[in-house]
Amino acid sequence: MEWYWIPEYAPKFLEGLWITLQLLGLSIFFGMALAIPIGLVQVTGPWPLAWAARAFCTVIRGTPLLIQLWLIYYGLGSLFPFIPGIRETLIWPLLREAFPYAVVAFSLSVAGYEGEIMRGAFRGVPRGELEAARAMGMSPFTVLRRIWLPRALQNVFPTLAGEFILTLKSTPLAATITVFEVYGVGGIVRQETYRIYEPLLFVALIYLCLTFVLVVAFRLMERRLPRRTA
Amino acid sequence: MDSALDLLALRPPGWGGNLLMGLLRTIQIAAGAYALGLLIGLCGAMGKLHGGVVLRWGLEIYTTVIRAVPELVLILLLYYAGTDLLNVVREALGLERADISGLWAGIYVIGLVQGAYSTEVFRGAFQAVPPGQVEAARAMGLGPLKLLRRITLPIMLPYALPGLSNLWLITTKDTALLAVVGFGELALETKQAAGATREYFMFYMAAGALYLALTLVSSLGFGLLERRLRRGQPAQT
Repeated sequence: MEWYWIPEYAPKFLEGLWITLQLLGLSIFFGMALAIPIGLVQVTGPWPLAWAARAFCTVIRGTPLLIQLWLIYYGLGSLFPFIPGIRETLIWPLLREAFPYAVVAFSLSVAGYEGEIMRGAFRGVPRGELEAARAMGMSPFTVLRRIWLPRALQNVFPTLAGEFILTLKSTPLAATITVFEVYGVGGIVRQETYRIYEPLLFVALIYLCLTFVLVVAFRLMERRLPRRTA
Repeated sequence: MDSALDLLALRPPGWGGNLLMGLLRTIQIAAGAYALGLLIGLCGAMGKLHGGVVLRWGLEIYTTVIRAVPELVLILLLYYAGTDLLNVVREALGLERADISGLWAGIYVIGLVQGAYSTEVFRGAFQAVPPGQVEAARAMGLGPLKLLRRITLPIMLPYALPGLSNLWLITTKDTALLAVVGFGELALETKQAAGATREYFMFYMAAGALYLALTLVSSLGFGLLERRLRRGQPAQT
């Protein structure tokens, strides 16, 4: 075991760590922004929307994330240049980078898995509470914002926390489309130093620490949630 | 440009045959890894519930580390560590160095990872068995093995099944990660087909459809199995 390379590559690992955290944060943000409506329409929406949301969740949960990622990056990415005039638009620089594709793929994945969880969460809120809110004269949107959504999130928070850890553990897949997050940097080290185990073990250690920090952070957040105590 | 049907034709120059072979390999690896994972899980759960301090701590470290590190990293680590270990053993026995074949390596790597998850599933399910049932069986004079086979397993399986069916779906999807290390299963075959024809979108859609079909059929099967295993339980509300 030789670790002489760590000081040399430390800045790269820090950059990689930042990219991993960005990937995770952005995918959770956009993913949840999609997951909430996806869960909601399956409980109250008109049937075409409910059906579409259901199909979306099934497809996302039924196919490997790696295939989704490659479909979006290589598949969609290879179709974009054929759109006439797209090279002159403002989004073209974005479309040439790998990072946005990774964010899109991971966000859709988060939306699919968490949409399913939010469906159960919305359904699990007692009807009486919603009826009481309506009886108080709240508009449907206010009911959602003040009662339905907070109660639903409160009930599934531990489940969501577990799911976000799974999202963290899937971020290394981004390395397969040339996004150099922690795992990708580890790959560079392996190629340049010809060491097999040490970079991998170091990467594993980083993820172990990240998971630990996230678990503790989520537990602290969970404790701050108001709980009804009988 | 060829039409999608030509590209997916079963015989070369179409790539459909390759994709189906890949799917078969995926199912083989997933089934083998799942079986290995279940075996590890059963033993692990027993060890966690009944083992000594050292065994319990060892298993705790195993399940915690495996579940906290990304599968992709584990697959690489276990693959290299496994081949090295095998070759050390082979050299000690005076045999030549060897590479494990893709199929067995995939089964071993994914199985070891899944074992950690199924250990936790089984542990929870074992704990759901009412102690009275076990005591009654002991009082009837059942030996430990018979107790496991006749009482504990049948009572515990309905509790474990939702978790186990989830694990099977995760296993089938995890096999796609083996493409990154270069084992020939569905994801890798697709990558090669897409790279050779430059029809990325079409081939990844096709692979997605195959994975989806596998998942849907499996869910159906697990649904039937669950109905059967639950037949002794009171109806759920």
